[in-house]
Amino acid sequence: MRLAGDTRSIMRPGQFIDIALEGLFLRRPISVCDYDAESISIIYKVVGRGTRQMSRLQCGDSLDCLVGLGNGFSVETASQRPLLVGGGVGLPPMYNLCKQLVAAGKKPQVVMGFNTAGEVFYRSEFENLGVDVFCATADGSLGVKGFVTDAIGSFELKFDYIYACGPAPMLRALYDRFDIDGEFSFEERMGCGFGACMGCTCKTKYGNKRICVDGPVLKREEIIW
Amino acid sequence: MVNRHDTSVELCGVKLDNPVIPASGTFGFGREFAEFYDLDLLGAISVKGTTREARFGNPTPRIAECTSGLINSVGLQNPGIDAVISHELPALRELFHKPIVVNISGFSIEEYVECCAKIDKEKQVEIIEVNVSCPNVHNGGMSFGTSPGSAAAVTEAVKRVTTKPVFIKLSPNVTDIVSIARSCEDAGADGICLINTLLGMRIDTMRRRPVIANKMGGFSGDAIFPVAVRMVYQVATACNIPVMGCGGVSSAADVVEMMMAGATAVQVGAANLRNPYACKEIIETLPDEMDRLGIERLSEIIGVVK
Repeated sequence: MRLAGDTRSIMRPGQFIDIALEGLFLRRPISVCDYDAESISIIYKVVGRGTRQMSRLQCGDSLDCLVGLGNGFSVETASQRPLLVGGGVGLPPMYNLCKQLVAAGKKPQVVMGFNTAGEVFYRSEFENLGVDVFCATADGSLGVKGFVTDAIGSFELKFDYIYACGPAPMLRALYDRFDIDGEFSFEERMGCGFGACMGCTCKTKYGNKRICVDGPVLKREEIIW
Repeated sequence: MVNRHDTSVELCGVKLDNPVIPASGTFGFGREFAEFYDLDLLGAISVKGTTREARFGNPTPRIAECTSGLINSVGLQNPGIDAVISHELPALRELFHKPIVVNISGFSIEEYVECCAKIDKEKQVEIIEVNVSCPNVHNGGMSFGTSPGSAAAVTEAVKRVTTKPVFIKLSPNVTDIVSIARSCEDAGADGICLINTLLGMRIDTMRRRPVIANKMGGFSGDAIFPVAVRMVYQVATACNIPVMGCGGVSSAADVVEMMMAGATAVQVGAANLRNPYACKEIIETLPDEMDRLGIERLSEIIGVVK
């Protein structure tokens, strides 16, 4: 979905927007896939009432969104050869991150993981950024059979920084397997999305953090599983 | 001279420019909302519920969507009374120059007393709001607010160590709200705040387990407004102390309705979480609502419904 509007509050890749939908009390947080001065792209999977309603919107409809939420990934801290890992609907924020890393002269590699080939999206978009893209599917219907960690292993990828977004077990597997600095984007059920309700707090080595404002991106070193 | 739209009200001698107060637990310590609007628009702010020790709160998920509302089970996450006094309140004072209500929670009478005694010494605080919906760890986890006797015991103990107005914030999860409110009044409460959240539960039918990690939580939002109006009405007509009405308020029309039921001031809770501008929009549309209903002074409508 592409949204036109004021994007000035977006500072970094990995931030999210919070969408108010008719008949639903809580806003729905969705990560930003890509953005420019006047538009935002989001990619979502229809999983519940909120996303179903979004899928029925027509071109030209307007949405009430809070924009530029969360901390996002830091492009500056990346080394020369960062690895970007996106699992399922965790992949979208990697797109703008990848774009910015390429623009900053880095050489990112992208690993994407899905359940099956039919779920794969944005592969060519990433390839068009001129980066190497590796795929893993749980059923082996595309790329390496297994998880993102299997793809990293079988292609013997070399990297010195990790950016990751995806389901918690994927993040955990990356964390356990590779003792390399990085940034992990977490998901949590949120109330407000802007730090008021304390609905999404987690413990970190640097104290309690709200996933919505102090996250969703946590540095590897601060994560407590 | 009466201003054509006089929205001011007075709570136990504390003057508010308007009756709108963000409710405890939905507004943090104000900082996040200061990025959306000038906090000085607000009548007052009721800050996040504070306990003696810092608390992490409950495991996540803590939030569940409901029709016209949400369930939360945050579990009183807060930095503890000393950090609130040394850090949070001074920080809020930089951003907000109107009355501050501090919400105190406790798991024993001693904890309430200790926290209230500390907060009473703070010049930056105008009103103390005592949340009696917490479980009493010395009484099998039974909430203080569920019996007239224990609610009165907290009130009496807290009143002994305070000089500021004390509002007791009542739980709606009781069989007879009036007897509890009356016993608080008899024990010396300066006012009553109600209602806290209604105990609720949602189940993830796909996974066959509760949505919230703590299984149950407090239900709030538009859906509970009629329950809140009813309880405010019952308590306001039975007691002679001011009432802060709370529960499902999301518009200027709701504020007026709550005041007609008997509320002197009105707290806005869950609405802040969906719409960070909720309080600002309510305050800005109050004059239109007053015009529509022929109200010149908002304070005149308090408890007009008999």
